[in-house]
Amino acid sequence: MTRSTDGPWDPAIVDLPLSPWRDRFLWVEEIQASPAGDAAAAVVRLGEEGFSVCVNGDPWPEPFEKIWHLRYAPDGRLVALASREGEWTVVVDGVPWENRFSFVWNPLFSRDGSRIAVAFQRDMAYGMAVDDVPWEETFPNLTCPLLRADGAATAAVVQTEPLSEGDIVKYREGIYTAAVDGRPWERRFMNVWGLACSADGGGRLAAEVRLSPTEYTIAVDGTPWGETFACVWTPLVHPVRGTVLAPVRREGSWWLAEDGRILWDRPFVQLWQPQVSPDGRHIAAVVAPAFGRWTVAVDGRPWKATAGEMASDPCFSPAGGRLAVRFKDHGRWTIAVDGRVWRQARQMVFTPVFSPDGGRLCVRFKEQGRFGYLLDDRPWELAAEAAWDPVFSPAGDRLLLRTVEGGLFRRRVLPLEDFGKV
Amino acid sequence: MPETKPKDAPPAVDEGIERGIAGLTEERIRKAIRRVLSGETGARLKAYVDTCIHCGLCSEACHFFLSRDRDPAYAPVGKVKQTLWEMLRRDGRVGPEFIKQARIVASTHCNLCKRCAMYCPFGIDVAYLMLVVRRICHLLGVTPLYIQDTANSHAATLNQMWVKDDEWIDTLMWQEEEARGEIPDLRIPLEKEGADILYSVIGPEPKFQAQLIYQAAVILHVAGVDWTMPATPGWDNSDMAMFTGDNEIMGRLKRAHFETAARLRVNRIVMGECGHAFRSVYDVGNRWLGWSMPPIPIVHAIDFYHELLEEGRIRVARLFEEPVTLHDPCNVVRGGGLHEKARAVVRRTCAHFIEMEPNREHNYCCCAGGGVINCGPPYKKHRVESNRVKAEQIAAAKLKGAKIVITPCHNCHSGIEDIIHHYDLGVETRFLGDILYQVMEKP
Amino acid sequence: MNELYRLATGPLLWASFAVFVGGSLFRLLELFLLARRRERFLFTYLSLRYSLRSIGHWIVPFATVNWRRHPVLTIVTFAFHLSLLITPLFLLAHVVLWDEAWNVSWPALPDAWAIVLSLIVIAGCVFFFVRRRVTPEVAYVTSASDYVILGLTAAPFVTGVIAYYQWFDVRLFTLLHVVSGEALLVAVPFTRIRHMLFAPLTRAYMGSEFGAVRHARDW
Ligand code: SF4
Ligand code: SF4
Repeated sequence: MTRSTDGPWDPAIVDLPLSPWRDRFLWVEEIQASPAGDAAAAVVRLGEEGFSVCVNGDPWPEPFEKIWHLRYAPDGRLVALASREGEWTVVVDGVPWENRFSFVWNPLFSRDGSRIAVAFQRDMAYGMAVDDVPWEETFPNLTCPLLRADGAATAAVVQTEPLSEGDIVKYREGIYTAAVDGRPWERRFMNVWGLACSADGGGRLAAEVRLSPTEYTIAVDGTPWGETFACVWTPLVHPVRGTVLAPVRREGSWWLAEDGRILWDRPFVQLWQPQVSPDGRHIAAVVAPAFGRWTVAVDGRPWKATAGEMASDPCFSPAGGRLAVRFKDHGRWTIAVDGRVWRQARQMVFTPVFSPDGGRLCVRFKEQGRFGYLLDDRPWELAAEAAWDPVFSPAGDRLLLRTVEGGLFRRRVLPLEDFGKV
Repeated sequence: MPETKPKDAPPAVDEGIERGIAGLTEERIRKAIRRVLSGETGARLKAYVDTCIHCGLCSEACHFFLSRDRDPAYAPVGKVKQTLWEMLRRDGRVGPEFIKQARIVASTHCNLCKRCAMYCPFGIDVAYLMLVVRRICHLLGVTPLYIQDTANSHAATLNQMWVKDDEWIDTLMWQEEEARGEIPDLRIPLEKEGADILYSVIGPEPKFQAQLIYQAAVILHVAGVDWTMPATPGWDNSDMAMFTGDNEIMGRLKRAHFETAARLRVNRIVMGECGHAFRSVYDVGNRWLGWSMPPIPIVHAIDFYHELLEEGRIRVARLFEEPVTLHDPCNVVRGGGLHEKARAVVRRTCAHFIEMEPNREHNYCCCAGGGVINCGPPYKKHRVESNRVKAEQIAAAKLKGAKIVITPCHNCHSGIEDIIHHYDLGVETRFLGDILYQVMEKP
Repeated sequence: MNELYRLATGPLLWASFAVFVGGSLFRLLELFLLARRRERFLFTYLSLRYSLRSIGHWIVPFATVNWRRHPVLTIVTFAFHLSLLITPLFLLAHVVLWDEAWNVSWPALPDAWAIVLSLIVIAGCVFFFVRRRVTPEVAYVTSASDYVILGLTAAPFVTGVIAYYQWFDVRLFTLLHVVSGEALLVAVPFTRIRHMLFAPLTRAYMGSEFGAVRHARDW
C-alpha cells in the first residue's frame, strides 16, 4: 500500500484491493487490520504446502502446516500460532520463535505490545512462555494465563500434581494454585479461577479461590482474605490504592468488597466486571439492581437507565470522567454513556472508544452482516464487509477508520466534522 | 402403614455418599437444612408443601412408579414424603443415614423431568422439590462419586470431561482436518469476533464423540453459516453442577458460557443436541445469575436444523429409508416446546416416521436425565429397570416397524441405548444430526 | 343450649368469618411477601394469558390428560368441590340468615337440591376416605391430618342433613352443624384446606412457566 500523504493523521483514504489475494490463494481467512491501518493480513491456504500469512498482498516466505490465531500486537507486529512437523510455536512477522512446543494457545500482549506471552504444552507439561523464554517449571495443567500490562510478569492458574479421574478426595484436599513466572504459591486450593494483577511493578496478584465446596474468597499473593463468601467473581487490583476489589456473594446477594471488607453500602442481584477509572477516583461495575435488569453502578450508585438483557464492558474515558457501557435490550445492542442510553441500537455494537479527552465516543456496529460506526449516537451506515474499532488521533480531532468496502481494505482518516460524509 | 423405603433400591456402595455422611453431625445437618429451607427457598416451596393434598394423582406421571410395579415410594409425592416432608416435620433434626437415603432418592430416583407437574392438579413441581433436597445434600458434601467428579471437572476446567484448554482446540483442528477429506475448504473458524453464530457443545463431544463436531461443521459449512467456536473455556454448555445442587459452580459455568459468546460478539448461540444443557442455559443457570431469559439467544440444534431446512439452506438429497421413531427429550419438549419442530425435521429427512405413544409433552423420560446417568455404574441397573415403560414404548414402535430411535439429546441417547441393550429391543439410536448429515446435499 | 346457640350464631359466627377472611388474606399476603423477599424473580414470569390457560384447563372436567385417566375420581372431585361451594352459599336457610343480618339476598336452592348436594359432599368424603385406605400410592402419603380434613369437611354436611330431617335432637344437631361449619371456615387458612387459596396461584405459576417460557402445554 502506498501512502498518499505524509503524516499518519492527515485526512486521506488509502485502499488496498483484496481480490488478488482470493485469486492467488485457495482461500483467505479473516482479514486482520494493523493498529495504524497501514497493513492488512490474513491466514491463506497455499495448496499442498499448507498455509501462510498474506500481508498487504505478499505471503510470508516460509509456509506452515497450520496457522491460527493471527493477530496484530498493539505495536503493529503481526503474530500467529503456527505448526511445522507437528510442532507448534509463535511466529512474529513471519519469524518463528526458537522454542518448539506440542501446542501453544492464548497469546497475550503487554499494553504497548512489546512483549508477547503464550500458554504452551510440551510433552503433557504446561507452562507459559514470554518472548520465546518458557517457564522453567511446568505443571500437569494450566488455565487462565495472564500477562501483566507492563509485560514484566506472567501468571496463571496451575495444577500442581496429577489427578486421576474419580479421585474426589485428592481434589478436595487441593491441587490448584496460582503461579507467577512459573513459581507457584505455597498454598493449594480446591479451585482457583480469575486472576488479576496490578498494571506494573511491585504489584500484587489476586485470585478467586475456593477453600471448600461452599467457601469462596480472594487470595492475594497466596494468602486468602480472612472472610469467606458463598461465591466470588474475578478481582481487580486498584491501580492507585493498590487494594484488591472483588464482587462477593453473601445471603443471596452480591456486594463489592475491598481487601475482604464490604465496600459499597448496598448489594445487587448481580455484580461483576468491576473497573476503576484511570485516575483511580471512581469504581464502576456491571450490576443487576433488580432481577432481569442490568446497568452499571458507579461508586455504589446504579444508573436509573437499565437494559433487560445485558450490560457489558464498562469503560471509562482516558481521563476517567466519563463512563460508557454496552447495553442490550429487546434483542438490540446500544451504548449508554453516563447514565443516558443512545437512541441508535443495532444488532451488534462493539467496544466503545473514547476520544483522548473523553469528549467524543465512537463505536463500531454490525447490522445484517454489514458494518458501520456510531459517533456520539450519530450513525454512519457504511455497509462495510468488515470493520475494526475506530481510533481517535492524539489530539482527538480526527478518526482513523479501518474497513473492507467493495472488496477493498480501506484506511480512512477524517476530521470528526466529516463523519458520515465521505 | 406401608414401608417407607422403596423396594429394590440399589445397594448404593457409593464412595462419594459414604465419605460425605462419615463426617456429618446432626447439628451440621440441621444448619444446612435450615440454610436452604429458610434462607434459599421461599414462596414456591411453601406453596407446594402447603397445597399438596396428598392425592397421589402425580403418581402415574412418573416412569419410575410405572416401571417399578406402582411402588408408592417411587410416586413423585412419595419421594417428597421420604425427603422434604421429613426434614420439615422434624425441623431438620435428621441423621446422616437419612441424608444418605434422601440423596439417593433425590438424585437417582428422579430425573427432574417435570412430567408430574403436568399431572398434578395444582402444578406442583416435584422436580423443583427434589432439587431443593439435592441442594441440601450438596451443602453437606454428600454427592454420588461419579457426578461429583464431573462437577469437579466443571469447576476446574469449566467443562464436563476434564478437557484441557489445548486438547479442546486440538480436537477442533483434528475434526476440521478430517472433514477436509470430504469438503476440502471446510473450516471450523476459531475465535472469529463478530460471527453470526457461536456453536457450542457439551464436554463429551470433544472427549468421546468428536465426529459430532465434524458433522456439525459440515452442516454449518454447507448452509453457509457465519459461525465460530471459542478457543477458550466457556465452550461447554453442559452443567452437572446444576444437578448436584452446586448452584455456585452452575452460575460460574453459565457466566463463562454467555460471556464467551458476548466476547466473540455473536448474535446467537447454537447448541448441539443436548437437553440438560439447554435447560441449564435457558431457564436455570441464567436465572441464578439474574438473567430472566438467556442474554444471548440460545438455539437448540432441533430448532436450528428446522430453520436451515425451512429456509432451504440445507437440502435433502434423498430421504432416510429405514423407518424411524422419535423420542421427545423432556428438557427441550416440556422444557422448550420443540416437539413440533423435531417432527418437522424428521418428516423432511425420513421416509417413514412412526410415533411413539405417549408423545410430545407427554413423552416418558429416558431415565438418564437430571444427572441420574451421571451418578454412574452403581445406579445403572436400577436406572434401566426403572424405565420399563420406555422399553415397552419403544417395543410398540418397533412392532409398527421402527428400526431407529431418533434421540435429539445426549443424555437421552445414552439412556435409551442402555434401555435398548437391557431389554434387548433390537433397534438403534441416532441423533437428528446423524440423519441430517447423512441425507443432506453436499458439494 | 339456647345460650350456646346464640353464641354460635352470633359472636362465634362473626368471629369465624373474620378468621376465615382475615386468615386467608393473611396467608396470601404472607406468601406474596415471602415471594417478594426471596423469590422476586417469580413475578417476572407470571403471564395472565398462560395462567388463565392453565387454570381454564384444570377447572374443566376431562379437559386434561390426567382428568381423563381417572374418570371416576374426576367426576367425584368436581361434583364434590362444586357441591361443597354451592351448598352453603345457596342454601335457603343460609340465604335467609344473610337477609336477616345484612339485608342482602340472592336466589336460594330448593331444599331438595341442597340435600342432594350435601349428600354428594358426604359421599365424596367417603370416596376420598376409601381411596386413602385402598390406593397404595395415596395410602403411602396419607397422614392423620388428611383424615382430619375429611372429617372437618364432612361434619357440617352430615350434621346439616341430620338436623334438616330432624333425626335425633334437632337443637343439638343444629348447634353442631353451626359449630362444625364454623370450624371448617376457621380451618381453611390453617390446614391444607388452604389449597383452596393457593391452587390458583401454583397453577398460574406453572401455567406461566410452561406457556410463556417453555412453550409447552401443562395439562
Ligand atoms: S420429575 Fe419426572 S422423574 Fe421426577 S418424580 Fe416427577 S415424573 Fe418422576
Ligand atoms: S398430584 Fe400434586 S397434590 Fe396430589 S399428591 Fe401429587 S403433588 Fe401432591
